[in-house]
Amino acid sequence: MQAHYCISGGLTCKRALAYNALVDVYRAIADPTRRAILDELVERSGQTLFELCARLTMKHGINSSRQAVAQHLDVLEAAGLIRTRRAGRSKLHWFEGSPLKAIAERWPYLTDEGGTEK
Amino acid sequence: MRINLSGVFVNDQQKALRFYTETLGFRLKHNIPLGEFAWITVVSEEAPEGTELLLEPDAHPAVRPFISALVEDGIPSTSFAVDNVEAEHERLVAKGVRFVQPPTDLGPVITAVFDDTCGNLIQIAQEKTQS
Repeated sequence: MQAHYCISGGLTCKRALAYNALVDVYRAIADPTRRAILDELVERSGQTLFELCARLTMKHGINSSRQAVAQHLDVLEAAGLIRTRRAGRSKLHWFEGSPLKAIAERWPYLTDEGGTEK
Repeated sequence: MRINLSGVFVNDQQKALRFYTETLGFRLKHNIPLGEFAWITVVSEEAPEGTELLLEPDAHPAVRPFISALVEDGIPSTSFAVDNVEAEHERLVAKGVRFVQPPTDLGPVITAVFDDTCGNLIQIAQEKTQS
């Protein structure tokens, strides 16, 4: 526990844990290919790796290998930004937006008057 | 040299023959008994003298792990050309076919992917006419 307090520098344990999860989210969305993957999953939920690769190639001109896209999906899943589920014998991917909420809460949108947006 | 034959591995040849003829609408070309299995090919009604599709048994031990890995990632075993993906999707869904990817506009082509009930995912593709 002591180590936790040292690392978090005064943050409570709960907030320190939330902060660590956020580091992954920032890293996950820092990459343009991973942002394109999220864009496509927002457009249609429940895609296979094959469909995602086709969309990235044909709509975004991203010619990453299937292995590279699979690694991007691993990073996004580790950050909690996608969920996977098997449908029959295929593995499908969904966008999961809840980790982004912590970013909006950390830097709430301010109006010109300095109050938070209604 | 010409390409006269292509094929898909199927886990049940008789079930596959029914699916590829009765559901998809291809025509039986050859059905030659070969002991435990048969040499079964189908052709398109639109091109009965064209390329034959062999419904090949998946009995070799390497085939099932290979097809399973493809299906897990949603990769089709082959692709058929259609004039209208939306219309084919509607027709096949009405016959109970399960699609893992509904008609998707990818720019120059519209594609969809369905389960052939014999182990494979199959893509249908419509090339958009240049206008």
